[in-house]
Amino acid sequence: MNVLTSLLAAGGESGEEMPSVLAVPLDEFIVGLIAFIIVFGTLAKFVLPKIKATLDERADLIEGGLARAGEAEAEAAALLDEYRAQLAGAREEASAIRTQAQADRSAIIEEARNEARSAAASVSAAAEASMSAERAQAISSLTKQVGELAITLADKIVGEALADDARVQATVNSFIADLEGQAAR
Amino acid sequence: MTYDVLAVSKPGCHIFSGCGFPAPGAEIFQFDAIFTFTIGSLEFNVSKVTVLLLLAVVLILGFFGYAFRKPKLVPRGAQSVGEIGYIFIRDGIVKETIGKGGEKFVPFLFTFFFMVWLLNFWGIVPGAQLPVTSIFAIPVAFAVIVYVVWVPLGIYTQGPIGFFKNIMFPPGVPKAMYVLLTPIELISNLVVRPFTHAVRLFANMFAGHLLLATFSVAAFYLLSFTVVGFIGTAASFTMTVLLTAFEAFIQALQAYIFTLLAAVYIGSALHAEH
Repeated sequence: MNVLTSLLAAGGESGEEMPSVLAVPLDEFIVGLIAFIIVFGTLAKFVLPKIKATLDERADLIEGGLARAGEAEAEAAALLDEYRAQLAGAREEASAIRTQAQADRSAIIEEARNEARSAAASVSAAAEASMSAERAQAISSLTKQVGELAITLADKIVGEALADDARVQATVNSFIADLEGQAAR
Repeated sequence: MTYDVLAVSKPGCHIFSGCGFPAPGAEIFQFDAIFTFTIGSLEFNVSKVTVLLLLAVVLILGFFGYAFRKPKLVPRGAQSVGEIGYIFIRDGIVKETIGKGGEKFVPFLFTFFFMVWLLNFWGIVPGAQLPVTSIFAIPVAFAVIVYVVWVPLGIYTQGPIGFFKNIMFPPGVPKAMYVLLTPIELISNLVVRPFTHAVRLFANMFAGHLLLATFSVAAFYLLSFTVVGFIGTAASFTMTVLLTAFEAFIQALQAYIFTLLAAVYIGSALHAEH
């Protein structure tokens, strides 16, 4: 005999009719409701708010951290820009200084050259002047000495002193002019 | 009537011993009251169902109470596990399904998910071996709770006229179709919805449990020193193991589906369909 049918028969014997599986006994229904309400009430009131607060706090912390990082990044970028601008300014300044220096250098060199040139000119002018003066002096002194030598010679030849005689002087002068003419030829 | 594989099969009730196959039926969902008490005129039977239900309440409150007793910013141990559950409900169900304004329904849906899951899970716990949700009254109770939340919520947020208008006259339909559509929509949303919500969970757990019981009984019944008996027992036992694993999956899935549907209903109450 089938155990199931025997079971059902046994159930039948004891007068118990098996209820449908879709039956909803009120006591089980109410127990189900109460179980849910207890769990929901406790979790919603005491347990889950704590973890929600913690998760929110963590999210805030992470978002705050991100915001702070973003701020720091922006600050660093601004600083970098500033430095770059400063660096560019310094470079410009340096190049301006360099250009100025170059200009100064060539100006100085030009000036020095001019100075040297004029100094050399003045030195050569002075030398020339002194040379011509000396030459003039030498000529006049030679003229005098040659005259005296000639007079001495003529004196010795003629045997008489004609030193102060104007005629003699004129004769000497013409003699010298003759000499000069000969030298120039 | 308490059903017990060994007791029903009786020692010695095997194939070839002149004993028919004791196929388990609806009687495996019937339990004797351990004791009975009466409140008012209502008699409460405390049976295996009640005990497992109570145990589930204690375990859920115990675990999450312990896990979230002093939540740390850097989670550890039980808190990490509990957080996964909370975030799964909050992000995976509430944010996805309800969206804006859903945050305050997280505890509600959280409770549903873990209650249903644990009650389902009893089905494969040795010694318990009864998915409590296969007792129809339990899914009915849960579905009723969802129903009495989302319907008043819809009436409150959309106004009574707006609420019924949104249900009865779905937009984007030719006017003539309303003759056909309005009664269908009204019945499907307000009558069929809670019923299917409960039955879907109940039927899945009921069928799964029956299947497991059938193969367990078969494994015992076919046990004999014959080729047929040996192969039959081995095959049935293997099926029992495989189905247990499958049930574990179905239990979680059905808990998820029940919670997801509750979220969908709440979402439809909060935001009128576009």
